[in-house]
Amino acid sequence: MPLDIYAEEIISQYEHPHNKGKLPKYDVEFHDENPICGDDITIYVKIENDKIAQVSFEGQGCAISQAGASMLTDFVKGMPITEANRIDYDKIKAIIGLDPGPARMHCAVLSMKALSGALKKYMEHKYK
Amino acid sequence: MGSRIDPDKIKKDFPILKNKMNGKPLIYLDSAATSQKPKIVIDTITDYYENYNANIHRGIYKIAETATERYIESKRKLAGFIGAEKFEEIIYVRNTTEAINLVALTWGASNIKKGDRILISEMEHHSNIVPWQMLAKKKGAIIDYIKMDKNGEGLSDGSFLEQIEKEPKLLAITHVSNVLGSINDVKSMTKIAKKNGATVLVDGAQSVPHMPVNVNEIGCDFFALSGHKMLAPTGIGALYGKMDLLDSMEPLFGGGDMIKNVGFDSYTTNDLPWKFEAGTSNIEGGIALGAAVDYLEKIGMQKVREHEKELTVYALEKLNKIKGLKVFGYGKENIEKRGGVISFSLDKIHPHDVSAVFDSFGIAIRAGHHCAMPLVRGIFKVGALSRMSFYIYNNKRDVDVSIDAINSVKNIFKVK
Repeated sequence: MPLDIYAEEIISQYEHPHNKGKLPKYDVEFHDENPICGDDITIYVKIENDKIAQVSFEGQGCAISQAGASMLTDFVKGMPITEANRIDYDKIKAIIGLDPGPARMHCAVLSMKALSGALKKYMEHKYK
Repeated sequence: MGSRIDPDKIKKDFPILKNKMNGKPLIYLDSAATSQKPKIVIDTITDYYENYNANIHRGIYKIAETATERYIESKRKLAGFIGAEKFEEIIYVRNTTEAINLVALTWGASNIKKGDRILISEMEHHSNIVPWQMLAKKKGAIIDYIKMDKNGEGLSDGSFLEQIEKEPKLLAITHVSNVLGSINDVKSMTKIAKKNGATVLVDGAQSVPHMPVNVNEIGCDFFALSGHKMLAPTGIGALYGKMDLLDSMEPLFGGGDMIKNVGFDSYTTNDLPWKFEAGTSNIEGGIALGAAVDYLEKIGMQKVREHEKELTVYALEKLNKIKGLKVFGYGKENIEKRGGVISFSLDKIHPHDVSAVFDSFGIAIRAGHHCAMPLVRGIFKVGALSRMSFYIYNNKRDVDVSIDAINSVKNIFKVK
């Protein structure tokens, strides 16, 4: 694997992640993990008018998973739920600015899975 | 051959090591996962298919006879290699996992009853935990664990003695830890376990490829090993069992080769070892395992062990000087208790990141829980570890390049 995956931006956000820590007030939280590598992410979302008003995460793991969570939470802030739900792996690659390759794909999508789990949980609860 | 291994000469026997990975000469430090294969083993497989491919046992023609002879011959070689008395005690299976499951599903099914205790340890590979958990669930048996010592280096003798007094029906224990390289004194443990009435299974996946092993001296009832970790192809491994025990066990699979007679309403089972080898076997795998044994015997297992000890001490000395790096398991002063496996953590950097940087140096190492989640997550409380493991084709330069890779990881992640 070429070392492009450790671009300056990845390392920088891994060291100094944005949106890290539990939100003081949130509507939904969701935990996901990769049992194989031991990475885990808990995502917290505050929703207003069907938009992601606030979002944060807690967790631990490799540079790709943690910097990825930092970048994804920046990206979805203010976004309508319907739009956030359409984020796929291709979009993740665009957000983090690189293709981590097949062996590290699961690291890159962990925060996306957690966010999608959170939004699903929120909708289920709302329209129960 | 001199008194020592010449890894540079040995490297030439392994075609894959001529390759590059990410533009750098391939340095393979993941032999605890699977070993590379020498040309002679690869050629043995081709030779079988090109010159005497035929099903074994009943063929009354030359090439079938050759295939049958070579297959049985490989069992004789392996029996001799691990100190078994007869080739009939060698059952070919896919790997160590299958060997252990075979014992759980046959011996375990008939001998483990509700409330019986099965003793394993905290350092086991999943393959020596889950089959027993499955059996215990089915039977209502109890699993006890021999604890790690307080330094997390080896097993606690006190815990073993305490547990063995509960008179478990079975002690199933690894010979060498695939995470720490720690070598268990399976000979003494077997002696004590037998005194307390236990049947003993030893998981030899990480020992047989790397050191002299004699099952007869150990005194265990069962011994499991994988071919692919000892220069043979994947899909071939062996279960050694004592004759009387194997005789007393029901076969696992029914079908061709495992029977003597079949009528419309009955069958009689075949003699050992064929009773446990239903259907057409992995013929080329068995024969190639024989070639791998020949190759290792020519080098000499004591020399293999000495080489790995030397390399491990060399690596430990270098690793111990790196700030923020923590090696798990015994230190170099206890090298007699340690095989050529080194798991480490580096500051707070995730092992997948460490391994990815190694990859860019052309070095293959493994990162993860190493199929020992109870040890890594439960005892060491870490998500994952990086692991380098050595074999006959590794040299000091491989260690030196690894140290460069570690320094590069530290630079990339800005760790001082």
